[in-house]
Amino acid sequence: MNNNEQKYSQLKAMFAISKASFRSITRSPSAVIFTLVFPLIFIMVFGFLKGGSVSLDVALSPDCDTKNPIYIGMISNPAFSVQEKMDTATQKKLLLKGTLDAIVNIQRSAIDSTYNVQLYTTMASAEKGVIVKSMLEHLIDKLNLKAAHISQPMATIQQEQLTGRTYETIDFILPGQLGFSLLSTGVFGTAFVFFNLRQTLVIKRFFATPIKRPFIVLGEALARMVFALLGAAFLITLGHYAFGFTLINGLSTFFDMIVLSAIGLIVFMGFGFVVSGIAKNEGTIPPLANIVTLPQFLLSGTFFGIDNFPSWLQPVCKILPLTYLNDAMRKVAFEGAGLMDVTTQLGVILLWGVIIYFAAVKVFRWE
Amino acid sequence: MQKNSIIQVSNLEKKYESFHAVKGISFEVQEGEIFGILGPNGAGKTTTLEIIETLRDKTSGNVSVCGLNIETQANDIKQLIGVQLQAAGYYPSLTLVELLLLFAGLYNREINPMQMLAKVGLEDKAKAKFKELSGGQKQRFSIATTLINQPKIIFLDEPTTGLDPQARRNLWDLIRSVRDEGATVVITTHYMDEAEQLCDRVAVMESGKIIALDTPDALIDQLVATGFERKKEVKKANLEDVFLSLTGNEWKDE
Repeated sequence: MNNNEQKYSQLKAMFAISKASFRSITRSPSAVIFTLVFPLIFIMVFGFLKGGSVSLDVALSPDCDTKNPIYIGMISNPAFSVQEKMDTATQKKLLLKGTLDAIVNIQRSAIDSTYNVQLYTTMASAEKGVIVKSMLEHLIDKLNLKAAHISQPMATIQQEQLTGRTYETIDFILPGQLGFSLLSTGVFGTAFVFFNLRQTLVIKRFFATPIKRPFIVLGEALARMVFALLGAAFLITLGHYAFGFTLINGLSTFFDMIVLSAIGLIVFMGFGFVVSGIAKNEGTIPPLANIVTLPQFLLSGTFFGIDNFPSWLQPVCKILPLTYLNDAMRKVAFEGAGLMDVTTQLGVILLWGVIIYFAAVKVFRWE
Repeated sequence: MQKNSIIQVSNLEKKYESFHAVKGISFEVQEGEIFGILGPNGAGKTTTLEIIETLRDKTSGNVSVCGLNIETQANDIKQLIGVQLQAAGYYPSLTLVELLLLFAGLYNREINPMQMLAKVGLEDKAKAKFKELSGGQKQRFSIATTLINQPKIIFLDEPTTGLDPQARRNLWDLIRSVRDEGATVVITTHYMDEAEQLCDRVAVMESGKIIALDTPDALIDQLVATGFERKKEVKKANLEDVFLSLTGNEWKDE
């Protein structure tokens, strides 16, 4: 044989595939949209959404007395958004829907100078109803003390608020969006690309070259990794500088997040391999991929914490891998946890990885 | 005169679950020749080719390519051969130059992509995507990807199927020039004129068996010797010659 021939390098061949595949991904609109545009839109929406103070929508009954200190106390408190001039029927309707948090009716007693405050709240806005009640009670207590001429109350509360880090909406939303971006890139990207490579015989042409099969997969996977991690780095950087996303330990937090992204992505790509293996035709890929991504999108704390879900749904939330990735991301980014502090989360994610790659190896088809 | 045989196939068999595709065939391909495998669709041509190319497992028999065993030395064989598949795909969004660089990497070779494209007459398509090419251009590009590793043997599976007469002739010229540079060519086709023009020797396959193997000339002589005569007196030209003289024979942007 030729003596000027060097030993064939599988790695060199693998990088050639990575490079070509990376070029191909950057030119594919769907990859760019899933990895960058969607998460970016959500981050922008929530980034501009200012998490302000509580607003309590309260209506006054049409016959409510307005010449009393309770009324004045209410309208001078910015927490109350007081609706006057609304008829009783409309009030009832809005209260039932939860658009109104409470209806207040203040009546002066016919015999003495006391007042009776009637409060209507609703199950549709139970939490805010409680706040309205306690704020009114507080207001009335103060007025009562004044009326009784007590300048030395029995007890007072001294509240001291620690000026800790402010947890902004973006600190919750960005890790969730990042997780979701990794999930959809991992699942959809991988599922489609291997199905298409098989279908369009690109992979068959590769088989005719000396590259070994596992290196074809590794080459493709590497291209997806690089693309998705560049996307992740972009989202974190933009979130940090444009929307004040907290990176508690700066650069080291950033790198921890990238490492978490990489681990998450590898596991999610496993799901993609499984989908591409069991899909019979191109049309069955999106439904199968959605079965993997949608429940995680909704139930893994992407938009709101999983504590908000009813208790019967909690166990489902607590087995999904994205839940743990989101959790780990938030702990790392906001609480300053190192990768060693999120070993439980990483453990669950890696367990998923083992299960899913076991399944992927079983169902993966070359032709 | 003893020639070097570069491919040896003996008693090759391929059985699918319910289909006996190749039924114990034996032949040899000599170094430097253009060897044709002819036969109708479903005769087993592609299966035979893909087994020799180490893309498909055989059921039984022995095949050696460049003295290497297809079972144990598949990867060494792949470095020495160039394979053009009957149907092959390329990344849809990459340009021809980028695709050639990809294959250069896959073969661990340094190439000048423009030079490769010039070889197959596609210099002006450097920035085009594979899907934007015409049928003949696609086949020429496919051949370019097989030439990257300067292979000893090139396998072409029905490269001219579906091409117009000019494109076919262009491809024949290309195949001859590849052979003249020292490669052995194994080609399948079901066009007899193509085999007659191009091939040094042909094997005729039918339902998994080789039913004849010789030079085209010898096969014709054998038939004539049995007393066969064409029904119609052959004129000095045929309709294809008329077509080509009317429409020109140059490499066109088909």
